[in-house]
Amino acid sequence: MLQNDTLFLAGGTYALLIATSVVTWLLRRLKDPDRRDPVINNLSARVQAWWAMVIIFTVALAVGKPGTVILFALTSFLALREFVTLTPTRPGDHRALFLAFFVVLPLQYFLIYVEWYGLFSVFIPVYAFALLSIRAAAAGDTTEYLARTGKLQWGLMVCVYFVSHVPALLTLEIPGFDGHNANLLFFLVAVVQLSDVLQYVWGKLCGRRPIVPALSPNKTLEGFAGGALSAALVGAALWWATPFAPWQAALLAALVTLFGFFGGLVMSAIKRDRGIKDYGSTLAGHGGILDRIDSLCFAAPLFFHLVRFYFT
Amino acid sequence: MPVERFRLRRTGGDGFLEVMTVDGGAVDCDEPPPVLAAPFLPTALAGLVRLATGVRPVPEGLLPRERPVVFFANHGSHLDAPLIWAALPADWRAVTRPVAARDYWEEGAVRRFVSRRLLRAVLIERRKISARNNPLAPLREALGRGESLILFPEGTRSPDGTVGAFRSGLHHLVRDRPEVPLVPVFLDNLSRILPKGELLPVPFIANLFVGAAIRMRPDEPKDAFLERARAAVVALGTAPQS
Repeated sequence: MLQNDTLFLAGGTYALLIATSVVTWLLRRLKDPDRRDPVINNLSARVQAWWAMVIIFTVALAVGKPGTVILFALTSFLALREFVTLTPTRPGDHRALFLAFFVVLPLQYFLIYVEWYGLFSVFIPVYAFALLSIRAAAAGDTTEYLARTGKLQWGLMVCVYFVSHVPALLTLEIPGFDGHNANLLFFLVAVVQLSDVLQYVWGKLCGRRPIVPALSPNKTLEGFAGGALSAALVGAALWWATPFAPWQAALLAALVTLFGFFGGLVMSAIKRDRGIKDYGSTLAGHGGILDRIDSLCFAAPLFFHLVRFYFT
Repeated sequence: MPVERFRLRRTGGDGFLEVMTVDGGAVDCDEPPPVLAAPFLPTALAGLVRLATGVRPVPEGLLPRERPVVFFANHGSHLDAPLIWAALPADWRAVTRPVAARDYWEEGAVRRFVSRRLLRAVLIERRKISARNNPLAPLREALGRGESLILFPEGTRSPDGTVGAFRSGLHHLVRDRPEVPLVPVFLDNLSRILPKGELLPVPFIANLFVGAAIRMRPDEPKDAFLERARAAVVALGTAPQS
């Protein structure tokens, strides 16, 4: 069962969503009754997808550890699927890919479910890496072997290993915080998602200098700085639901934003490399799952380890 | 085919009438299978196939107004026919039947159940083909009953995703019925999901593209028609997709 403070966080999230929906509806009524403006159409599609994501996320949290582990396992599955679909593979990879999807991925989340930290933290970097390299070598196709196995390992690290650190937050034993770990997930996901939006808004308002123009012309220094600062404020405002002091919450939120930003940058680099704009079209307005969670991927392990190191 | 050449051998428990030619070659006279005791099963299967491949349903507006039609597509995987079938609107699914090789789909209870009861496939002979044992006869009968068909004119699965030459079956099938709309379909990535020779699927995201129907032109030479049909499929795969 969810604790009162978690319910309060969930209520706040729904209030925010309702407000966003109302604003979107008003914008549509006033500015674009014919549904022609692409920006408003995109906003409206995004708001709908947010509703779906928030409802799924809160239901999973309410079910507790099993629900959350399954939700993120499915997220990893869909993300890895988008990743390998856009990666060239050869027939010799078929069985290694099968192992990645149906053995490595479930095992990683099983290890989190049984809270075996010692193994889940090395399973994919060491054992899955060895196993899949061996399997691909045994298939006997050496064309582009290093590139192919490298790409599969990349996909597993980002889509499975990194993402699995989100539900792993439920396994941390923080003195005096027993039963409230769901708040850590809320904190991380809310800060990452809101900082994405805030960076976008700040970038639109006063963005001038792109940080890496060749990669993402829309990611500007001003947008990032404004986004990181306002995300830090959001983090600090949520301190009461966490084991952190307000300044710690602000610092963690800023670090999470920084790594989330880098995550978006890295995943953009891969998209540029593959010559595509989005990883998929699963979520209307957002592109694919991987487009939505790219910043979460990179922020999750950092947040997990900082909390584990300083607060347990 | 003249009816007097056949005699009934038995009615299978699965509702298929099996018919023998006088000289002993089996030909499927292919009575449409009865309605399943569990009618939600085909719908569930269609949903599952779409979920597993990430393919969206084909909008009604993309399909011709008149039926029956023949869908023809490139072939790379056993999932091809179930996927086209699963992507069609429900009222099309009920009257659209994949054409599949008897030797493969009759092997074992599972394949038989899937091909006959769920997909309601028209099973045709690939091996003992003769003038009497014409594999096209059950297809013509199905078209005559107003049932649409899903057909793979390459005749076999491509190992690497390229579209091979079309065999003449498509031409023979519509020679007498040039009014039947032929709907090209391009399937992308299915040979990665379940390649030839593999038992276990890898969940890549597949794509299915439906093109505008073509028809056989009067006096069009066979080879020209087949090349035009093949080009219609290939064009769907190379066109920039939104």
